[in-house]
Amino acid sequence: MRPRLIPVLLLDSSRRLVKTVRFGKRTYVGDPLNVIRLFNEKEVDEIFVLDIDATSDRRTPDLGFLRELASECFMPLAYGGGITSLEQCEQISRAGIEKIVLGTSSENKGFVSDVSKNMGSQSVVACVDVFGSGVSARCFTRSGKSPINIDLIRHCVELQEAGAGEIVLQSIDRDGTRSGYNVELIRMLASQLAVPLVALGGAGEATHLVEALKVGASAAASGSAFIFVGRLRAVLINSPDPAAIEMLIRGGS
Amino acid sequence: MITIVDYGVGNIGALENMFDFLGVDCTVSNRPEDVGNADKLLLPGVGAFDTAVNALNRQNLIPALNYAVCRRKRPILGVCLGMQLLCRGSQEGDLPGLGWIDADVRRLEVPSGSKLKVPHIGWADVRPIRETNLFPKIHSMERFYFVHSYHVCCDRPNDVAAVVDFGREICCSVSAGNIYGVQFHPEKSHRFGMRLLKAFGDL
Repeated sequence: MRPRLIPVLLLDSSRRLVKTVRFGKRTYVGDPLNVIRLFNEKEVDEIFVLDIDATSDRRTPDLGFLRELASECFMPLAYGGGITSLEQCEQISRAGIEKIVLGTSSENKGFVSDVSKNMGSQSVVACVDVFGSGVSARCFTRSGKSPINIDLIRHCVELQEAGAGEIVLQSIDRDGTRSGYNVELIRMLASQLAVPLVALGGAGEATHLVEALKVGASAAASGSAFIFVGRLRAVLINSPDPAAIEMLIRGGS
Repeated sequence: MITIVDYGVGNIGALENMFDFLGVDCTVSNRPEDVGNADKLLLPGVGAFDTAVNALNRQNLIPALNYAVCRRKRPILGVCLGMQLLCRGSQEGDLPGLGWIDADVRRLEVPSGSKLKVPHIGWADVRPIRETNLFPKIHSMERFYFVHSYHVCCDRPNDVAAVVDFGREICCSVSAGNIYGVQFHPEKSHRFGMRLLKAFGDL
């Protein structure tokens, strides 16, 4: 089995591609479709597209955009942002996007269970945003604005039982910092979960991706590790060679 | 012309997208008469085995599928759960499958001490074990995208077209006469999937 590396692309209210730092400061990256095409040409393993303003704007998923995206990207695609109904999930799947990322709406485990029963657990990805480390780690929804009062592990196990087929652990305090993942949290959670864990938040280079995979993440996801914004806003796509990653994993401890 | 069987279970949009991109004619239908008279069939499927069998029954598609595949000998490609439906039945459910391939569908077992997880999600190298229409080159190593918790176990090794490693080698593609199946998602597997779906389109 090859390790999965997943570029994560964030969309804002104006459907521009942005990068965030700790869920706050934003840098404009470029046109999403152009960037997604570049990743498609690189034959990346998978792409996550997350609309980070949809929930606060109370916007529903932009199906026209998602259809355009899926019509030329022949890899696993996951979309999240503003999803509140099963009907929306079915429309997204019809467009050719097979994974639904539930962030804010995953707080409602009944909804996770409904989507999973109707579409299969393989299409349900729960995204858990976490601030802090170890026992002080706290879960948040609504783009890091609303804390939820539940233990991280219990929350994730409940999501798994409700039918989430994968869980994304996103570190709010490492987002966009390029300082590396919260490795301890990934290690602890991966050992408690039967379903694959996707690490997100903090990676800035290939060695970070490898660290997450080594401690039990099934996939290493990142915005910063795959995209650089150069001078004059030139967007550079950087996708680490999977063979090199595999060598890094196998070599050394 | 490929008819994609639309019985409400499966990622049909992605399959249509890839056939459109390849310039392979395809149509989507849930009508038994279209399925029975199809030139070529694609049976998609995600989710639970019994849910899919019930959906096929509800739309009265099983006699049409039998007519097209067993009587008229038209080519059919089952994708993911669609491949599992070609078999006798599955550990996941109680209902019988189409029964065209002498095979049972069993839950993936993680070998003790292994870090493998179920569902098996991700890219894996697929090894053809003989030359078939879907895998004309036996020494090709192509990667495909997998998402599954169950796998097909064939009675006859000759029905297996390709294998993948999951702690041990398991069947991930079948080929028996006009009947083909792949456990992975060619519509989500970049140029490797394009090559395979084009090969099916060219049959």
